[in-house]
Amino acid sequence: MTAKPLYLDHAATTPLLPEARVALLDGFARWANPSSPHAHGRAARAALEDARDRIKAALGWTGELIFTSGASEALALAISRCAKPLGAVSAVEHEAVLRLVGQAPHWPVAPGSGLVEGVGEGVEGLVGIQHVNNETGVIQPLDRLAGELRAAGGWLLADCAQSAGKLVLPDADMIAISAHKFGGPIGTGALLVRDWAMLRPTGGQERGYRAGTENLPGALAMAAALEAGSGWLADAIKLRGQLEARLAEAGAGIVAAETHRLATIGAYRMPGRAAQAQLIRLDGMGIAVSAGSACSSGSLKSSHVLTAMQQDGAGEVIRVSLGRETTADDIDRFVAAWKEVAAR
Amino acid sequence: MIYLDNQATTPLAPEAREAMLPWLAGPESSGFANPHSAHRPGRIAAAAVEIAREKVAALLPPGGRVVFTSGATEALNLAILGCGAGRIAISAIEHAAVSEPALHRDPAACVLPVDEAGLVDGEAPLPDGIGLVCVMQVNNEIGTVQPVERLAARARAAGALFLCDAVQGAGKLAPPEGADMIAVSAHKLYGPKGIGALWLRDGLDLEPLMRGGGQEGGLRSGTLSPALCAGFGAAAELALRRQTEDEAHLRALWDAARAALPGFRLNGSADQRWPGNLNMRRDGLDVARLMSDLRTIAFSAGSACASGSGKPSHVLRAIGLSDKKARSSIRLGFGRYTRMSEVLEACTQISAAADAQQEFGVSGYD
Repeated sequence: MTAKPLYLDHAATTPLLPEARVALLDGFARWANPSSPHAHGRAARAALEDARDRIKAALGWTGELIFTSGASEALALAISRCAKPLGAVSAVEHEAVLRLVGQAPHWPVAPGSGLVEGVGEGVEGLVGIQHVNNETGVIQPLDRLAGELRAAGGWLLADCAQSAGKLVLPDADMIAISAHKFGGPIGTGALLVRDWAMLRPTGGQERGYRAGTENLPGALAMAAALEAGSGWLADAIKLRGQLEARLAEAGAGIVAAETHRLATIGAYRMPGRAAQAQLIRLDGMGIAVSAGSACSSGSLKSSHVLTAMQQDGAGEVIRVSLGRETTADDIDRFVAAWKEVAAR
Repeated sequence: MIYLDNQATTPLAPEAREAMLPWLAGPESSGFANPHSAHRPGRIAAAAVEIAREKVAALLPPGGRVVFTSGATEALNLAILGCGAGRIAISAIEHAAVSEPALHRDPAACVLPVDEAGLVDGEAPLPDGIGLVCVMQVNNEIGTVQPVERLAARARAAGALFLCDAVQGAGKLAPPEGADMIAVSAHKLYGPKGIGALWLRDGLDLEPLMRGGGQEGGLRSGTLSPALCAGFGAAAELALRRQTEDEAHLRALWDAARAALPGFRLNGSADQRWPGNLNMRRDGLDVARLMSDLRTIAFSAGSACASGSGKPSHVLRAIGLSDKKARSSIRLGFGRYTRMSEVLEACTQISAAADAQQEFGVSGYD
């Protein structure tokens, strides 16, 4: 008998919200090319611009918004076409940033807390620091860092893939977001940019900043997902508190326990048990969690994030990420399973 | 509303929409997982992506692999910027998604001319030291079918790679033989927007544009959408199954429209042409006015991307039309779901509106 699946990997992707599905299906019916000048095309264009305005309003963003295929593309666009050279990145960025940065300095994070403590070399360029870490949930103090950066003449690029739709966006100059992390569809993201002059255009759609036929259904669904709001996070905070109290009691190490973290992402160490072994056991019990990011799953490399934080037993840490529909029963079931894996 | 702009985009096939729905599920099912996750729902999503990949691969030649992208523009950029070629040759009628990255990489790119029929000469000289030749399979504005097999063979003989933009031909014609890279787009073959693919001949490697999680063999980072992949796969499968039937339908529409608009002259070859495209001109016609007169018919005066720019078409200029003649040209794009009655109705209206313009005196014969 297979147990009912329990999905606790919402940081990898989270289910499409019903509101977003309705918007997506509506978008499929409005299939004209938004760049066509005929009435169908103009209607699609109007819907696209409306979606753009709604997304900006929901995010409280007053700058510009460029639709992309996701956060990876948004980050690549920002880094490759910024009017300033890349100055630095934090050591705990997602691979979508780290693999683009070449020789740029990596700012360290404090052991244990995982926080970037201050600005460093390269501060006068574009500096990439994520808002919320995808493996640990650690929230970087971006509003303070942005002030220090700007004082030195730099610009902040914030990877907000994990925080958009959950937290108020940071005071950054460019922000990358991904719809499928907040209940929108996979395949849609955006780069928010304070001012067009911060980027070099290349021609094509999106005012010359992103060529390719616009994905109107994706944009409509992204807007609908953001408008669904984040009221559920209050419950997630309580559930996460219960989860961590019980895991700690059972002997788990809570990564960055004392740091301000997003309520939906936590990283937990099971001393003496390799993360891959934990994952396989839990998967067999129908529980979907991960070790690090989805992209790196399956690889046996230890996490660069945990290494940068000087986390003990980095190879024994798994990520548990909660979603809108996670219940207290789910937490009970996970804790019981965790204890069972720990016991033998 | 009569939609005659199927080169700009095509309606989503019901079959493609249906194939996407299981992957747009909520928490009640596991059809939402990240296909790069190692757990069971992730592996199920990954399997859906691989099934879709096989269906898309069926549109393309054997001996290569399919890399999913966000669309043809990204696929073409990845091919051109990632293949390492320094000297590039492109045809004079390539889409901006080819010409812009090609000119970015090689500002002195060699431009292969086309003749009055809109065909690239298969024997056109290729410059020494050429690294990449890019010629589209079917032109998006005038529908001409290019001699890509011959050009691919010549590129190879010259030691160059051959990239074919098959956006308008994929699923409609047999894939170009001998190409090293082929770009396709789902939304031009009745699939969803937001997904395309680059086919790469086995053994060829590229420098990625987007780095990160290392998906698609490291060639294209970013979470893949199982829904978009499944929709693309279903659309590809359907296109292949209906290829003969679809083409016969378009041929009938093309013949009917051509007969119903006797005052118009054809732009581009009549026989080396995809019948989904009818691009014509009528001397003195004010196309902007025609479009505003005929608000219930969706047609175009060139590519969607260039519409509204006010610039005359580079394709029509390349086949030797003056700016004035180019500006008196219209593009009718037929598709699988276009009905004969719609085409006849549209032609009646276009004909009447064009006659009225001339009756009430519009200057501009040239």
